[in-house]
Formats: sequence, C-alpha cells, structure tokens
Amino acid sequence: MSDHPTGDHLPATVEEPIANPGLPAHTWRPTDVDPKAERRAERQVASLFGASAVFTVLFAVSYFTFEVGENWDTFMGLGASNVFLGLTLGLALLCIGAGIIQWARKLMADEELVEYRHPARSSDEDREGTLQALSAGLEESGIGRRPLIRNSLLGAVGLLGVPAIVLLRDLGPLPQDTANAATGGGLRHTLWGVRPNVRVVRDVVGTPIRPSDLIIGDLVNAVPDGLFDLHGRELQVAKSKGPVIVVKMEPREIKSGGNWAVEGILAFSKICTHVGCPISLYERTTHHVLCPCHQSTFDLADSAKVVFGPAHRPLPQLPLGVDEEGFLVATSDFTEPVGPSFWERER
Amino acid sequence: MSIDTSKVADSNRGTAATTAKPAKVGAVANWADERLGLGTAMKKNLRKVFPDHWSFMLGEIALWSFVVLLLTGVFLTLWFVPSMGEIEYHGSYDPLRGVGMSEAMASTLHLSFDVRGGLLMRQMHHWAAMIFIASMMVHMMRVYFTGAFRKPRELNWVIGCLLLFLGTVEGFTGYSLPDDLLSGTGVRAADGFMKASPVVGSYMSFFLFGGEFPGESIIPRLYTIHVLLIPGLILALIAAHMLLLVYHKHTQWPGPGRTEENVVGYPMLPVYMAKAGGFFFIVFGVIAVMGGLLTLNPVWKFGPYDPTKVTAGSQPDWYMGWPDGLLRIIPGWESVIFGYTISWNILLPVLVMPIVMLIVLILLPFIEAWITGDKREHHLLQRPRNAPTRTAVMVALMTFYGLSWIAGGNDIIAIKLHLSINQITYFLRGAVFIGPIIAFIITRRWCISLQRHDREKLLHGYETGIIMRSPEGAYSERHLPISDTAAYTLTARERETVYSPESDTDANGVAAPGTRLNRLRSRLSTLMYADNVQKPTAAEIEEAHHHAEHDAPALPAGKSGHGTNGEDFKGIHH
Amino acid sequence: MRFLNRSAGRISRHRRAPLAGVLVLMFGLLMTGGLYSAFSPNAQAETAVTSAEDIQKGKELFLVGCAFCHGKNGEGVLTQRGTQYGPALTDVGAASVHFQVDTGRMPMAQPGQQAIRKPSVYSDEEILQLAAFVDSLGTGPAIPSEQAYTLPDDMTDDERQEAITRGGQIFLTNCTACHNFDGSGGAMPRGGFAPTIRGVDPIHIYEALLTGPQSMPSFSDGNLTPDEKRDVIAYLQNTESKPNYGGFGLGAGGPGGRGGLCWGVGIGALVGFAIWIAAHTTRTNRTKPAAAGTDQTGASA
Repeated sequence: MSDHPTGDHLPATVEEPIANPGLPAHTWRPTDVDPKAERRAERQVASLFGASAVFTVLFAVSYFTFEVGENWDTFMGLGASNVFLGLTLGLALLCIGAGIIQWARKLMADEELVEYRHPARSSDEDREGTLQALSAGLEESGIGRRPLIRNSLLGAVGLLGVPAIVLLRDLGPLPQDTANAATGGGLRHTLWGVRPNVRVVRDVVGTPIRPSDLIIGDLVNAVPDGLFDLHGRELQVAKSKGPVIVVKMEPREIKSGGNWAVEGILAFSKICTHVGCPISLYERTTHHVLCPCHQSTFDLADSAKVVFGPAHRPLPQLPLGVDEEGFLVATSDFTEPVGPSFWERER
Repeated sequence: MSIDTSKVADSNRGTAATTAKPAKVGAVANWADERLGLGTAMKKNLRKVFPDHWSFMLGEIALWSFVVLLLTGVFLTLWFVPSMGEIEYHGSYDPLRGVGMSEAMASTLHLSFDVRGGLLMRQMHHWAAMIFIASMMVHMMRVYFTGAFRKPRELNWVIGCLLLFLGTVEGFTGYSLPDDLLSGTGVRAADGFMKASPVVGSYMSFFLFGGEFPGESIIPRLYTIHVLLIPGLILALIAAHMLLLVYHKHTQWPGPGRTEENVVGYPMLPVYMAKAGGFFFIVFGVIAVMGGLLTLNPVWKFGPYDPTKVTAGSQPDWYMGWPDGLLRIIPGWESVIFGYTISWNILLPVLVMPIVMLIVLILLPFIEAWITGDKREHHLLQRPRNAPTRTAVMVALMTFYGLSWIAGGNDIIAIKLHLSINQITYFLRGAVFIGPIIAFIITRRWCISLQRHDREKLLHGYETGIIMRSPEGAYSERHLPISDTAAYTLTARERETVYSPESDTDANGVAAPGTRLNRLRSRLSTLMYADNVQKPTAAEIEEAHHHAEHDAPALPAGKSGHGTNGEDFKGIHH
Repeated sequence: MRFLNRSAGRISRHRRAPLAGVLVLMFGLLMTGGLYSAFSPNAQAETAVTSAEDIQKGKELFLVGCAFCHGKNGEGVLTQRGTQYGPALTDVGAASVHFQVDTGRMPMAQPGQQAIRKPSVYSDEEILQLAAFVDSLGTGPAIPSEQAYTLPDDMTDDERQEAITRGGQIFLTNCTACHNFDGSGGAMPRGGFAPTIRGVDPIHIYEALLTGPQSMPSFSDGNLTPDEKRDVIAYLQNTESKPNYGGFGLGAGGPGGRGGLCWGVGIGALVGFAIWIAAHTTRTNRTKPAAAGTDQTGASA
C-alpha cells in the first residue's frame, strides 16, 4: 500500500453525485475588520477576567465571614457559608472560562486550517523493519531453539500467580469457621440462640416487652436482649442478623404461624430475604410488610409468605414465648438462616 | 509564550537544535529542547487541527469533571478518616451528638459542619462524579450514533466502555465511604449480591468484609480501591484514550472541503487550547455552583449506618439505578439444585445483566464491522439517520436502560404520580421486553423516512411554503433548489450494498466456508441496509431537474409573473 | 426583608437566651407551617371539660356526618360481603377522632381509598364534641395535652439535647422506614402511601402514633412510652428548624431525583456551554483590507 493518503483503505465513493465544492471562502468577523468592535470585544474579555478576580476576593471574604459549626449563618434558610462559597467560586471560574472562550471566539484568528490524515497502519518498510528486528531479537535469544528454558520459565512465572492468590487468603475467615451457636456467629446463628429464652427488647431503648403492653395494631422494632452490651464488630454483626419486627394482631386473623405466637403477637426477622434490607413498612390492616429497597411484600398473618416482589423466601419467624417474669422471649433461635440466600444455604 | 517552531531542528537525532536569537524565552526553550527534544514533538502537535462541533466537546466534560474529582477528592482525603472504629459523635451537629458511629461517618460530619468549604467540596465531589458518568454516557451516544467507533477507532471505543464501567464502580465505592444509613444499605445489598454468586458467594462476602457483614474492614478496603486502585486505572485509560485520539486525529462531519483524507478545523494553539482550557473552567464553575446551591447526600439526616435501620426511598445513585430497577421487577425466582441454592432473582439482574450490557457495548463495533465486511478507515461521521438500523439498536438499548432505570425509582414514581407500586412493576415487567422492540422499529422507520426526506430535497428542492394555483385550478407547493453546499453535504455518504453469500463464492462457484454464518451475516446485512434510502445518482438528479424544467411550460411563466420551479432549477447545475 | 439571618440555625445546647424564647421560636415555626391559624386546638384540648351536653351535641353531629358508615352507635357497618364498610369506633377513643377529623381525613367522600389530609369541615368545638361522644362509647386514648408532646420547661440543656438525640434514634428506627429520613413520606403497597409528616402539628403526630390511623401500625403507650413519643416530636421540630446547610433540598426525590438534576441541570448546562463554544460567531460582508489578498482557504499542514 502506498504512503499516499488516498489509498484504498478509504471509502472512495463519497464524491458523487455532486462534486466537492471545496472549502467555502473565509468570511470575516466584525472584530476582524472593525477596530471598534475589536476594542469592544477586548474590553468584554478583560472585564470578565476582572469580574472573576472580584468573585475570588468575595470567596475569601465569604470564607472568613460566614460561620459554620454550631451556629451556621443562614441565607434564606440555606447554609450561608456553603451557598456563598459555591456561588463565588463557581462564578469566578465561569468568568475565567467565558472570558477565555470569548477571546478565542472573537479575537483569535479563526481561519480554518487543513491537515492531512495518514492511515493508522505503519508503512510497509516500517513493518518490514520491525519484523526483521523482532525475528533477529528472538533468534539471538534462542527462545525458539531452547524449549526447555522457555517452558520452565513460563511455568515458573505462571506459578507466581499462586502467592498472589494465597496472600489474599487472610482477607477474612471462612464462613464455616465463624459458625458458633454459643456466640451467635456465622451465617446460621444469631444472638437469639446464645442461651434459652432471650428476651425481646425494644430497639434503641432496650426495654423488655410484656404481651399486655401491646394493643392490636402495634408494631415494635425489637432486638435480642444483650445486644447493647456489645461493641464494635460484634455489635454491628449482631445488629445485622438479630433485629425483628414484633406485631400484634387479632388471633383469629392469623392464617398460619400462630403456634409461635403469644396472644396474637408474632415476631419475624427484619432482614429481607432478597438482598438483606431491614424492613418494617407494616400495614396493620392487611398485615403486609414492604421492603423499601426492592418492594418485596410479605404477609405477616400467613407466616410472612411472599405476596409480591422479587423475594423468594418468607421472612424467618422467631418462636415467641413468655418467661417467668412475664416478658416476651424467643424460645429458640431462628430455625433457618436470616437474610439473603447463599449457595450452601440448604446444606 | 510562543515557540517559534521554524527555529528548532526537524528532529533530535542529529545535530542539536540551535536558536538564531538567544532571547530569554528562546534560551529556556533551548535548554528544554536540548534535554527533552521537545521541538519535534511540539512541532507536530502545537498546531494540530481539531474540527469544531459542539458534540465533540461532550467527552471533554467527562475529562474535566474527572480533573475536578481529583482536586476535590484530594481535599476530602485531608479530613476523611477511612475507619470503622466506633466512636461517640461530639461534633457540631447536635441531633446526632452522643450517637455511636464509625470514624468514617464522624469525619464526614466534621468535614460537613466544622470545616469551612468542606460541605461544598463534598457536594462538588459528588456532583462531579454524577456528571462524570453522565457525560461519559452522552459522549458514548455521540460516538455511536455518528459511527465514530468504526475503523481505526474500535480500540478507543473499547477503552471508553471500560472507562464507563470503572467510573461506575468508582462511584459506588465512593458513595459507600461516608458509612451513612443510605450508603450502608447499599453495601448491605452488595453483600447480598455477592452471597448470591454461585459456589463462592459466601466466601467472597467473608473475604471482602473480613468476616461477617458488616465487620470493620469494608470502609478502609473500599477507600483504597476508591482513591488508589480505580483512579489509577482510570488515569491510565484516559491517557491511552487521549493518545489514540491524537494519533487518529479527530473525526469530522462531511461538508464542502472536508474529506476522508483531511481534517479541517482550528489549530491546537491558540484556539483549541483556549476553547478546551476555557471549558475546563466552565465545567469546574458549573459544578461549583451546583455544589453551592443543590443539596447532595445530606448524611446528617440519614444518620450513621445501623443494620437495623432503613429509610423509605432507599435508592442507589442514578448510575446504579438500572440494575437496581431490574432487581425490583424480577419475579422471586430461586431454585435449589442438588441442595445448592441459586438465586436467579439476584443473579440475573445485578450479576449477569450489567456484564452482558458491557460486553454488548464493547462488541458493537466488531459486530457491525463483521456484518458490513468493511475494512476501510472512516474519518467522516455519519448522521444517525443514515445508519437507521445502527441508530435503532442504540435507541433500543437506551429504552431498555431507561425502563430499567424507571423501575429503580418505582416507589418515587408511585408516590409522585399517585400510582400503585404493584401496577408499575407489572407494567415494567412487560415493558422492558416490548419497549425496546417498539423503539427499535419506530426509530428505524423514522430514520428511513428522514432519509427519504433528504432524497426529496436533493431531487425536488426544499418546500417553500408558497402555494401556487395553476390556471386549471390545481394547487401545488413551490419547491426551490437547495444550495450547492447543502446538496453536497447531503450526498457526502456512501452507497450501501447488501451482503449476499453468493458474492463470496469463488470463480468455480464453490461457496465459501462457514456458509451458515454467512447466511446469518446476509440476513443481518439485509436488516441493516436493504430498506435504506440511497442517495440519488447524478443521472437521477439530472432527470429530476430536467423533469422540473419540463413541467415548467405547464405553468405559463409569463402569466404568473413568478419564476417557476424549472427556471429556478436551471441555476443549480454548474 | 432581611435575608441574611445570623445564627438562625442556633441550637439549644449553647443557647444563652431564656428558654421561653426558643419555645416561642419553635412554636412560631410550627404555627406558620400548620393549617390552623385562628385558634389553637391544643389550647382548647386542654381546657375542654367533657360534659353530658357535649356528648349529646357530639351525638347529633355524629348521626349526621359519621353514622352512615360507622353506624348509629359507632358499631361499624359491614358490607354484604362481610367486609368493613366503616370500622367500629367503640374503642378508638377521643384522640383518634381528633386526629381524623381535625386533619380533615374524616369524613371521607367514600370509603375504600386512603383518607387524605384536607381542611377540616368541623369547627374546633364540634370536633371536641364529636370526640367526647365517641369517647363515651368505650375505652380509648384521650386527646393528649400539650405537656405530652412538648419538652418540659424545666429540662436542662443537656437533658433537652439528649431527648432530641434519643428521639432521632427512635425516629430512624421506627418511622423512617415508611415516612423517609426527611419525614417526607413514602410509597406503600398497592397505591397506598405514608404521608409527609413535615409541617404536621405535633398534636396530630402524637395522636397518630397513639392510635395508628388507617394502615399505620400504632405505637401505643405500652409500645413507645409517652416520653419516647415526645422525644420523637422534639427531634422533628428541631430538624425542621434547621437550615438547609447544603443548599436547596431535594425532598423525597432521593438519589433518583438527584440523578435527574445531574442530567437536567449539570449535563444540560454544560451541553449548552459546549454549543456556545462551538457556535459560529457573527460574520460580516466587509473584508479586512490588509488580509484581502491572502489565501483564504487556510494553509495546509
């Protein structure tokens, strides 16, 4: 292929049926021919730059004037510091940008230039030269003649992937190694199972609940007793598996799951079985609970069966009972893993 | 400062360059060139020509918003503490005082309330991220609709797709860092996605989180990914993207004097340096104004992440909205095979679909090149209407994307439009399949009718809106010829031929190998080209104009007092 | 008008002004946001003494406005299919009546749909009479007094601070799931919605918590103690009095709404600038005398 730009690597038929009339003649802008317009444009650009400088000064003034912290100064109900810093910085930048562009549009030469393209491929001589260099280099290395060296090197380098993978092993423990019913660790245990009859306590305040505290239609966001004694990692992990929603409904409205209920009070895992959002959007009239993330809907009167949405499994139910002091307790841990499904869930 | 390129040597191989006038500027240039050989590189590129069109600046928005991201991001790192260590908040925002939270969240609150300009930088960083991804998508649309991805630019298209993907991941990791309620809910969902992966799911989750969700490791790990790993990759890919742009030279729209062999426009120095530089300030400025006026991610209202809490309207940032939408509308499919659980309801929408979408995007140029069999370089852009099937493919993909995105906001739509979430979901379950097909058909036919309109304009001129009445009482609209340059611009496209396998048979009539594939290619080629309206030939134009002239006597010019069609057409063909 | 307001975001802990000043400010804000201008129903609720005469008047009102759906004695009305046409009101109490009627949710045009907030059709006195009648039908929570939903005056700054913080945590645990972190409401199944609680009178929030109107679960005193309910209301009032630190808020639009702004405002403005940058400037017919002879098609590179 020739080095000439019009090789057969380009489409050739675009010139018909009408011949290319060629670049139109250059026309001038008022700023090119009229010194007055030119001076006006010059003043415009300079005043934009000047305005930018003013805004920059105002930015510094705003920075030192407006208070943040406990007593934010406000401007029409907005945080004054943020609004003025943003506006002054933004306008300072916009003025510089607009000035430069106005300069380019009005005052810089605007005759269009033509540059020729060249094919992306290298010339034949260059290709030839490269191939020669390549084969000479490979020949001198002897990589083709010494397969033993080549193959052992490839094997050794390939094996170096092993340390890269092995080194990542300690990123975290294996799921099965964390399983511990006594501490509620792992994918299949929660804080509800660490001892018999863990009390159901209200979230945030941590007070236990008597069945008589609740009236029909009540919803309690609850957690296992002992959760608030935990800290750091243990607290967060327990919170991600332990929370339940406790609802009270007319016992006659319970279609299934009633054998784990106490006086019409039912408790279900708050962790959605789809991807694990906590859910408590409960409708007391229909007993449906909705997930705010992906809108799975569960019927709490019917063992939290899925009635709508992408979830497949019902919310795990927590078997309820009452301890000797008359407080609601879980008679055992959940009987299945809470939260989203995973590969070895049924194993 | 200007460098007089005529005073530097043509190459740095032989003798050193010398300046004729050792002025101060010249001395500096000489010093630099004797060490760096800048003369050669700059001579080629200082006056490099770039064509001028607004749509060529969309990629620049992405570039400059990335620069804004780097600048504001560095500011944020000076205060942000990427740690999940539990502390009690005692900063300025009193409704959260005394609440236990991670150091990441506390430092985010400190940045927002106790560092002047910190809230502005946070909001600018977030707005810039959203604009970064949005502008990459708009830029990609432009490149696709105009055919700028064709040879020799396929690799740059691939790099662009990877940038879009990396930008999305970068956005998600950044969104997760403050450890507020919404971002934590997003991370929790991501944990659910990972656990749904076949075989290795729970292992992946335990390794990423350093044990059980949420653990204490995820924020520092995401931080490293967010500030080091992905930005490094993005920077490298942007560099490659720009180098290829310079090497290939920019594409241009066809027009008088603009051909496949040249590029017409303004030089890098000074015009493009000014326009691009000025645009940087404008992008920066617009983002600053948005950061100052529009609240973004008020984490103090969400509160710290707490796995027991959730808020209505939990959504990811917009660019993650479409897989989230698919996740919302998929039915609850899950199967247990040999005792192992496969969650199709998670797997398909968030693990399979995004990857499929990325692969489809990456492959688009190669699929088209295979169908057309075109091995030539293309530097002139095509109007979207002149590639009806290609345009329709992207519009179909956009429709799918848009409907999925709408699904991602179904709760917001339900409450704003007083609709039922359930009904919206049922509707979208069908619409994501049917919508793209309808969009494909409508777009394709629309493009073809626009092509037909162009052909009409070439043959019969444009409609003037003047109604004429003939002596017989017939009404007709007067058409006038379009200008020479307009006519040339309309015809500056190729004629397309439908591929047929027969044309591949060799001299002996033996079919080429891979015939079944060839038949598929032939069918796709028919879909691409067969219905397109080709530009008229010179003979057809001649004939049409002659026809118009021939018709002219039917309208007695003398009586009407106006020039008739035919007379006007006489002027066009010189 | 004074736009710039120094220290309007001042919060209670380091306040030097007398306590009453802040209370006045809070109530001022609430009253402006509320629908009720002429009378404060709260004040009346406190002073109202239920008399037999009130119950009688309430009964008359009830028979005209409510009995068609709820039955003459508030026993409820069933449809032929056995579903509820209007629920029984025998044990709902005065708080429920006050909430439903004062917010205009009752009377409804027709049963079935979710009752929405609208201007009340009864006067404050009539509402109290209706409430007195329904209260006399059975047991149920009474209309809360102002003390029930206001932090007591004798609290120290630190106690007040703690109450607000605790209220915030209770709000984020029990309320945001449906009503959004901002209290701006959210969607529920089958076209239902949790309404906004921004700008809602504290007494109504308290009554809603106590009685669980429509589909909302109740947070009875055994579920959420009166003090906890009061703290939630204090938190809501505190956040409503705060400025929008970061600029104009985007309400319930959430991240999706912000995506719309990113495209509409951000990309829109920047594409507009790009069009301006690349647009051709005005041209003139005149030529530059000195440059008239040069090659106008440009140099080749």
